[in-house]
Amino acid sequence: MEKILEIEDLHVHFTTYGGTVQAVRGVSLYLNKGETLAIVGESGSGKSVTSNSIMQLIPSPPGKIVKGSIQFKGRDLVQTSKKEMRAIRGVDISMIFQDPMTALNPTLTVGDQLTEGLKQHTSISADSAKQKAMDMLRLVGIAEPDNRFKQYPHQFSGGMRQRIVIAMALICEPDLLIADEPTTALDVTIQAQIMELFSEIQEKTGVSIILVTHDLGVVARVADRVAVMYGGKIVETGDKDAIFYNPQHPYTIGLLHSVPRLDMQEAVLQPIDGTPPDLFAPPQGCPFTARCAHAMQVCANVYPPATNLSASHQVECWLQDARATRAASLMKR
Amino acid sequence: MAIYLIRRFLIMIATIFVIATMTFILMHSIPGNPFTTQDRSTSEAVQENLNAHYHLDEPMLTQYGIWLKSLVTFDFGPSIKQPTETVNDLLSRGFPISAELGMWTIMIALLSGITLGVLAALKHNGMIDYIAMTLAVLGISVPNFILATLLIQQLAVNLQLLPAATWSSPMHMIMPIIALATGPTAIIARLTRSSMLEVLTQDYIKTARAKGLSPAKIVIKHALRNALMPVVTILGTLVAAILTGTFVIERIFAIPGMGKYFVESINNRDYPVIMGTTVFYSAFLIFMLFLVDIVYSILDPRIKLHKKGGS
Repeated sequence: MEKILEIEDLHVHFTTYGGTVQAVRGVSLYLNKGETLAIVGESGSGKSVTSNSIMQLIPSPPGKIVKGSIQFKGRDLVQTSKKEMRAIRGVDISMIFQDPMTALNPTLTVGDQLTEGLKQHTSISADSAKQKAMDMLRLVGIAEPDNRFKQYPHQFSGGMRQRIVIAMALICEPDLLIADEPTTALDVTIQAQIMELFSEIQEKTGVSIILVTHDLGVVARVADRVAVMYGGKIVETGDKDAIFYNPQHPYTIGLLHSVPRLDMQEAVLQPIDGTPPDLFAPPQGCPFTARCAHAMQVCANVYPPATNLSASHQVECWLQDARATRAASLMKR
Repeated sequence: MAIYLIRRFLIMIATIFVIATMTFILMHSIPGNPFTTQDRSTSEAVQENLNAHYHLDEPMLTQYGIWLKSLVTFDFGPSIKQPTETVNDLLSRGFPISAELGMWTIMIALLSGITLGVLAALKHNGMIDYIAMTLAVLGISVPNFILATLLIQQLAVNLQLLPAATWSSPMHMIMPIIALATGPTAIIARLTRSSMLEVLTQDYIKTARAKGLSPAKIVIKHALRNALMPVVTILGTLVAAILTGTFVIERIFAIPGMGKYFVESINNRDYPVIMGTTVFYSAFLIFMLFLVDIVYSILDPRIKLHKKGGS
């Protein structure tokens, strides 16, 4: 499989008056062509910062990529100049943001916003740009594109706006689509429709997708692979089935237990106790130590190395260490 | 839209009627009459004749009726102090000059205010930002008559670069316009800056950046239009402020605009001129506010003029 994107040891810091926030602390991940990678984690785990880094859309200052590389189509996006980056944005990599209610400019027509990216990057005529935009609107399932083209965002519902945002992102036929919590602001039925749309589009266009979300239901529906982030690090990554049926990291397990399930009898959900780590002063060891039921002394002091469970399933946890397994089995006895 | 316009027009007429009535009441409650302030003393008989001539001896209600009639026919009659001229003459002579001063002021204030505000927002917390905002605070704090006198002292008296007064060439216009425009410029700059800063953090700006648009296009096409909403909102009030500013500035620079007649007419109790100028100013201001609302609906498609409460 051809890798379209490869992030190596990415570190992103935000300098604020209160100190430096180490939002992303050594993230490495890759994306194969045509696949969907879901980055999951709770608020503040660094998933959005990671996805914004790919686009070089970290607000700077205060944000800065201090270390690492992002290889995309044979070039390092971290080293790319602003001007070259503008030629990549919207053309090779597109991005969809969380809230469709605010992602569209209220004072410009939908048609204008759809075609402006196309006009910026290609020397397409106004007529064919419009034609293309209509096709895109049809693709994302908007009826009467002729009329809709001239309307303003406030004349659309939330779900429709997200469809338009998706159409806008896909109009230049990008190779990579980054969706930053695309369904969080939508109600559940619309969420399902939008995720359906993602699958359809991927089938039709073969675009690779990075899906940033904290909704495991969404992940189960569309993702091929999953990367679980916690405290600015990827703690576990693997195929969807591996993560859902054979989770190894206590955090992943906790995350899966906190989701309401129809086949479970318990009336109460199991939350993960405690709060996420303070990224102003990230812990030396595993960031999950304070909330982990299996925490050992080593966890607080040394960050665990990566353990390969299979070719694609990887976890960073001391429980994988042979000595810990032995200790656990000793305790059981 | 048509219904809105008609409704709006009726409200405008009602407003002018209320202003006219208030003016009438206030004017007659000022002690004295047009002839008591005259230097030379007039005999009783002359006084009575004059009163009769200008209907000042009639009951208030009748005078009010005459006033309303003159308002409807838009013929305010001759000035009492300068009987050779009608109020309409004064208005048609003074207004173009005042309007010229006012329009230049508004244009320059908008242009420089918005530019300063945008630059300050883009270089947020940078050198340009600090300089622009320091200037803005100064501009708001220094009253225009102080600025006018300082300008005359420096540019006209000391450096002898510009003519000190009157209104005959573009050179004459520079100082009054600067004096009058500085305050509004500062207000617009501050407002543009803060609303621009807010707009720049909006998601649709991020979307525009994610599309790979150039920074200039993002600022002009996506940010500025939204950032200018608050500026348009205060434009009505600003026009009023500039209007009152012209009274003072016109006096300082001896500009023969409407402001001069307005101030003089009150000192002289020149009833027809007071009435004429007041109503004219009010009508003008009301019309400007109406224009602002129209511009608002053009800039922001979400504002619909025909909706109730949309005004």
